[in-house]
Amino acid sequence: MALTLDDIKTLQAKARQLRCDMVDVTVWAGGAHIGGSLSMADVLTALYYHYLNIQPAEPDWPARDRFVLSKGHGGVGLAAVLADKGYFDKELLKGFNHFKSPFGMHLDANKVPGVDASTGSLGHGLSMAVGMALGARFQRQTWRTYCLLGDGECDEGSVWEAAMAAHHYRLDRLTAFVDRNHLMVDGLTEDVMALEPLADKWRAFGWEVREIDGHDFAQIGEAIEGAQATQGAPTVVVCQTVKGKGVDFMEDQVKWHYGSIDSELAAEAKASIMGAPAVAVAGGA
Amino acid sequence: MPEGTGTTSNVYDANTLTQAEIYGRVLCDLADADPRIVAVTADMTRSTKIGVFQDKHPERVFNVGIAEQNLIGIAAGMARSGLVPFASTMSAFASMRALEQIRTDVCYQNLNVNIIATHSGVSFGQAGTTHHCTEDIAIMRALANMTLIVPADGYETANAVGACVSWPGPVYIRLPRRFEHVHYANEDYGFEIGKAVTVSEGTDITIVCCGVAVYHAAEAAKLLADRDGLSVRVLNMHTIKPIDEQAIRVAVSETHRILTVEEHNVVGGLGSAVADVIVTGGKGCAFAKIALPDCYLEVGNPKDLYSYYKIDADGIVASVRELLGRELEADEDGDDEV
Repeated sequence: MALTLDDIKTLQAKARQLRCDMVDVTVWAGGAHIGGSLSMADVLTALYYHYLNIQPAEPDWPARDRFVLSKGHGGVGLAAVLADKGYFDKELLKGFNHFKSPFGMHLDANKVPGVDASTGSLGHGLSMAVGMALGARFQRQTWRTYCLLGDGECDEGSVWEAAMAAHHYRLDRLTAFVDRNHLMVDGLTEDVMALEPLADKWRAFGWEVREIDGHDFAQIGEAIEGAQATQGAPTVVVCQTVKGKGVDFMEDQVKWHYGSIDSELAAEAKASIMGAPAVAVAGGA
Repeated sequence: MPEGTGTTSNVYDANTLTQAEIYGRVLCDLADADPRIVAVTADMTRSTKIGVFQDKHPERVFNVGIAEQNLIGIAAGMARSGLVPFASTMSAFASMRALEQIRTDVCYQNLNVNIIATHSGVSFGQAGTTHHCTEDIAIMRALANMTLIVPADGYETANAVGACVSWPGPVYIRLPRRFEHVHYANEDYGFEIGKAVTVSEGTDITIVCCGVAVYHAAEAAKLLADRDGLSVRVLNMHTIKPIDEQAIRVAVSETHRILTVEEHNVVGGLGSAVADVIVTGGKGCAFAKIALPDCYLEVGNPKDLYSYYKIDADGIVASVRELLGRELEADEDGDDEV
């Protein structure tokens, strides 16, 4: 059932709060992949607050839907979401990246409740998601597998090995998202290693392809529901996004792929996220 | 089916089946009893001999095509969803093409993924360096959580494959391509992961060996007894990680001379693993390795290559004689030391 206007307003408010949480964690962590966390925040919000069938009180619940963050450097974003869902105490995130913390910038599935796969090396997640989807089918389980990839990550050949397999096995309970924010460490994806026509590539690999605005909840919801209704093929949702989305001074800035934020800059970032009037801060970015 | 080794004696005839063929049959039997078991391969259903498994359980074989990274990633995902996958391909591609997936997806997550790596060492010697695999012991030793088994023959393969289902975490089982000499008479000789098997007792020297070298070392021990009157201990160190430190330390203490024999690069293999134990044990001994040289190797059939690189009875006899000729001096405890 399509998201109602009320649903969308609720998700938008939640996404704003989560973006602020991501900013906080970035401060506590001493630096994080904040740009790519903010670009995927709306897709994460839609999944975790509306579509995923999960039980945070029982992280290993066998019938849960699986989520694989193949762009594992977005760990700071996923950790903020998992804390808010109640998988663990949000206070723990104050130790993010610190000595002996369970939270490093790429999340460890054996240390962080709610993480279904340890990721961080790009090009690994979709294969694991294919294995999970095959595992579900083999065990006659109906849970779904979702996998979120970065766009630059699609340079990795192993992504396409997995894409070929997902089509071959007709994994219609597997849905991939590509966070198409157009930026990677060294600049624009099209300058570093051209990805376009990206949607056509997925189509050629046999996937059902949906192209959406990855910050528009109505479109995100429609795409997920469309994927759930698709039979006989996996679905990929190419989400056009903005790196650093929500923080005006980070948006579309390659330098915010990874960055540090002090508390002053964090206040400015959160004000931007909440739509408050811009606060002039001496020495701000 | 009994627990532990998982197989019964003499079910598989190692004299007529290759180690990989035995793997396929054991997997069939294990799968009958355990619905979690699936086989994953990369266009190697025939080469890794899981055809018999495919005939019996076609819905439990997943052939991902020539895509080894995907092979291991999919196996990791399957293990994450509660299955016990056996992933098989040639050792060169398993250990090197898919190394990062083995390390990050399988070992880091400590998943029960069992990797059956065939065509080990120079067992596909004719194929040349691309298909030789003389590095995988060194590589797998360096991966935390990994258990590394190099079976001596088909019977030991049956034992190893059976044992790894209930063994926690990932296991890498290294198998040759075709027929190698069969060392054991059946599967009942006391196989246990992590415990060396004493092939022969002896007091003059200990040969620590694995894989195809076990048969040759046992032959060498007989020759040395007959010709030189030597008492040669032979330890089948089938599990290289975790290695049986106790067996090595006892051998150092009791025989004072250790020779390692393996079909692997001299860097980082069984010999290095044994040397690590010796040098940290605080008691010296005369020590030598027979292994493949640190270079890209000649082409040829395995028998010729084993002979050329001295991984056969004659090569082992010569090395034992050389090692026994080394001078030792007594330390203050009255024990012989180098």
